[in-house]
Amino acid sequence: MGAVVLEAGSSLKYKTGDWRAFRPVVDAGKCVNCLLCWIYCPDSAVVRKEKWIEINYDYCKGCGICAHECPKEVIKMVDEQR
Amino acid sequence: MTIVGLTGDEAIAYAVKQSKVDIVAAYPITPQTIMVERFSKYVADGEVYTGYVCVESEHSALSACVGASLTGARVFTATASQGLALMHEMLYIASGLRCPIVMGVANRALSAPINIHGDQSDMMGSRDSGWIQIYAENAQEAYDWTIQAFKLAEDRDVQLPVSVNIDGFIISHSMEGVDVLEDEVIGKFLQSRKPLFTMDPEKPITVGALCFTDYYFEFKRQQVEAMQNARGVLDKVCKDYKGISGRNYGAIDTFGMEDADAAIICLGSTAGTAKEVARKFRAQGKKVGAIKLWLYRPFPSKELIEAAKHAKALAVFDKAISFGAPYGALCTDVVSALHELEERPRIFNVIYGLGGRDIQPSEIELVFNRALEIAQTGVVKESTVFLGVRE
Repeated sequence: MGAVVLEAGSSLKYKTGDWRAFRPVVDAGKCVNCLLCWIYCPDSAVVRKEKWIEINYDYCKGCGICAHECPKEVIKMVDEQR
Repeated sequence: MTIVGLTGDEAIAYAVKQSKVDIVAAYPITPQTIMVERFSKYVADGEVYTGYVCVESEHSALSACVGASLTGARVFTATASQGLALMHEMLYIASGLRCPIVMGVANRALSAPINIHGDQSDMMGSRDSGWIQIYAENAQEAYDWTIQAFKLAEDRDVQLPVSVNIDGFIISHSMEGVDVLEDEVIGKFLQSRKPLFTMDPEKPITVGALCFTDYYFEFKRQQVEAMQNARGVLDKVCKDYKGISGRNYGAIDTFGMEDADAAIICLGSTAGTAKEVARKFRAQGKKVGAIKLWLYRPFPSKELIEAAKHAKALAVFDKAISFGAPYGALCTDVVSALHELEERPRIFNVIYGLGGRDIQPSEIELVFNRALEIAQTGVVKESTVFLGVRE
């Protein structure tokens, strides 16, 4: 009632990934792990890995900032075709 | 029985004092000013323990009230006209977050042109904001309804904000004898608020969270449910209040509707004049009646149908205009409510009193005569009458 949320940290349960119209796809082999995408991602949906980055599709809204900022142009925005 | 001389504004302030309100945040505006002026004096004199929040605008006033209400406090505010207009977006937040705030409104015309006198344009403009709306006829009713409003608002099945409306100046500034109850009696009637949720640092909750296409509709549906619940709860509150005061309230008040051919339907102070003129007509053997809606939201359709179904003609008074609409707001609602009757009374709309223009018994007589004529002929020549305007 009144849209009250009774527990803390519940926003994690809100998977905003389903807002996405385009999904970022990383060509992992060509990623130089500069982490510019990790810095720029407004949703903290870029996950740091040992040699390259991965995308957390549960929360990535598909804004495309990562693809725009990638100096090696190895992130492509692919139509979700929903 | 203790009779004290109080204006409508003062009667509301006195009722708020006795209702043991935790927080008041309000900004003065004519003709509501005396409500907050008098209440702030109670605070300054130490007669109440209420926290009084001085704010810089009505927008802030209601914002502060919403915050206070969410902590579990009993909260009151008051405004009128432009102040209510400035509160507009917060009205929806108060009802959407289910804050049982009570607000005194001394109804006043809206600019432009600027005018400080009484009409109901302000609250009618906010009629879809999810607030329960009550209209009082005089200072006594303003006092009684304010106390009952807290109980109604805070009921577990309601949890909605309530506005108690009085006609600017006509009620807000006119002194009348008001029968006030003892503090202890009200204390027993109106126990401290039992909030469903509170703001507690030990148990954090989130209010005002984002709600999109996935849940928003459901929360609005819950508000509809709460509004419907308010009808039954109001009857219960009124019954309890009758027990302590001897005064009988409900959704509507009727005069002569048992056998009236023609009747006036109105809100607020005009009902007093209408009943007085109806008495005169009755003495002449003319079957007229009057219906005053105490409750405007939720709209008391069932009671209205019951009271009006035998009448042949109804004159519905609107002290506000809905520009471009078929009728004023009240008349539109009356027409809608009576639509389900197979045999409906003939209805016409009377727009009157805008900008505080006085309504005289002689004008009410004109309306009764016209309604009686329609009752006889069944023909409505003019669906909207502008009463007392120069044209």
